[in-house]
Amino acid sequence: MTSMDFLLFAKGPMFSIAVAIFALGILVRLFEILALGRAHNYAAARGNEIIPGLKTVYRRFNPDPGTFKRSTFDVVVGTLWHVGFVIVLLLFIPHIELIESTLGLGWPGLPNPIVDALTAITLLGLVAVLIHRFKHPVKRFLSTREDYLIWLVTFLPVLTGYLAYHRLINPYPLALGLHILAAEIFLIVLPFTKLTHIFTAFLARYYNGAIFGRKGIQS
Amino acid sequence: MATSKTLGESLRQHGVSRRGFLKFCAATASMMALPPTMAPAIAKALEQARRPSVIWLSFQECTGCTESLTRSFSPTVENLIFDVISLDYHHTLQAAAGDAAEHAREQAMTLNAGEYLVVVDGSLPGPRANPGYSTIAGISNYEMLMETIEGAAAVVAVGTCAAFGGLPKANPNPTGAVSVQDLVKHKPVINVSGCPPVPMVITGVLAQFLTFGTLPELDEHGRPRAFFGQSIHDRCYRRPFYDKGRFAETFDDEGAKAGWCLYRLGCKGPMTYNACATMKWNGGTSWPIEAGYPCLGCSEPDFWDAGRFYKSLSVPTGAPGDLLVTAGAVGAAVGVGAGLMSRQQSKHAVERHDTVTADQLEETL
Repeated sequence: MTSMDFLLFAKGPMFSIAVAIFALGILVRLFEILALGRAHNYAAARGNEIIPGLKTVYRRFNPDPGTFKRSTFDVVVGTLWHVGFVIVLLLFIPHIELIESTLGLGWPGLPNPIVDALTAITLLGLVAVLIHRFKHPVKRFLSTREDYLIWLVTFLPVLTGYLAYHRLINPYPLALGLHILAAEIFLIVLPFTKLTHIFTAFLARYYNGAIFGRKGIQS
Repeated sequence: MATSKTLGESLRQHGVSRRGFLKFCAATASMMALPPTMAPAIAKALEQARRPSVIWLSFQECTGCTESLTRSFSPTVENLIFDVISLDYHHTLQAAAGDAAEHAREQAMTLNAGEYLVVVDGSLPGPRANPGYSTIAGISNYEMLMETIEGAAAVVAVGTCAAFGGLPKANPNPTGAVSVQDLVKHKPVINVSGCPPVPMVITGVLAQFLTFGTLPELDEHGRPRAFFGQSIHDRCYRRPFYDKGRFAETFDDEGAKAGWCLYRLGCKGPMTYNACATMKWNGGTSWPIEAGYPCLGCSEPDFWDAGRFYKSLSVPTGAPGDLLVTAGAVGAAVGVGAGLMSRQQSKHAVERHDTVTADQLEETL
């Protein structure tokens, strides 16, 4: 298998397989949660559900002061690499081209040097959180194999993307193929691990806000 | 027919000055990434070289490679080097036809056994394909290639069709086309890919063969590293625009007029290894990207099937959009079904007043 065969495999059949597993898996998970619904609340509603629900989706982006004080590192580094990851994923021009060709939706991108800098920050952030996980006794105790697995499948697309962009692996078709394959592994693993939080986090926030909103309390 | 005249003698006869010849040798040395001190060695070797016999076989091809080699650089010294190679068989260029032409090939093979070079352009129907798809003088391409390479010193596959199968091999490959390297296993094969290849590359490869009597260092696809060692993207004069994130989005927008990067118009420069960006075409006049046209990646294997020409390199080659919708619909249906089933179960559990222990909950995690 030459590097070109590998790239064409990653760009062609493998991408279709990964996308199919991802779409199937994540929609099974999400629709199962939605169809399950919540226990019926017989008490009279004291407030609206929808508005507080949506407000909470947004409000949870801001850490509460107590959490920030207790886990400054987690909040700062965690936010940094998450934001970096999302921007790099959604605003790098070749990624937009891919999304546009698959979903038919496109938007303006960022200049490559900015994406490059954010990728570097994301990589450093991911390495830092892993070290912190190893060093912090409580975190290490709580960490399962799955936690390390999802760290790896998140780290690899960013790392291979950085290497491919800077052309540090030769020949380039191999570099690009590895990056695409790493992203495909991420997509395949996503619906079956904690990575589902990418979608369920917002659902959980909404339910949380809606429950409190119904009770007339700010969450 | 090969004669005893050396290349040096022949060049002088053609009016090429010693100075002009040395300049060519120095350029060849730098092209092959050799130190400048190698230029005199190249000159000496070339001067003393006997005109090597070259048999040029054209199979499933469009003659574009021959056009590229013969026309685009005809007034230069490289052309003379090419002229003074004893090109004993080339059915586009030779005057002889029919039996006389085939006789010339057979004679060259006998007289220069073990020493001649075979240049192939075009792919050929493989051993298991119908040989009738391409024949010359009633001989199948496969048979002619296998017969001709028996006494060859080396085989040079010129053009992407000969090197990798090219257009004839593109999906669905109706003629069962294969490349030269698929068939020739016991002789060295040098791939000079491109559709067509840069003319200087073939003369460079021949010069190296004449100078050192050895084959050039090859990459994973059997191409000389000296010419295919760097990507179009790395040597592209529009690279700064890529780095700044300035892209032409249509062929006539402001970006295209300003000469910005053609990535979004489908440029395959990042994955393509060739010398276009440095050597250019038509005697150094221009090259596709300079003319505002994205690189098609023509020197890479399977470039016809490697994604659409005007779609970015990052765009998948299949149709994942349709699959996404289908898989999504199935996923949603299964999800709703599973959710409703669980809901039913939990309803029954409530009705039966089922209990659950902490250990049981732990197991579900």
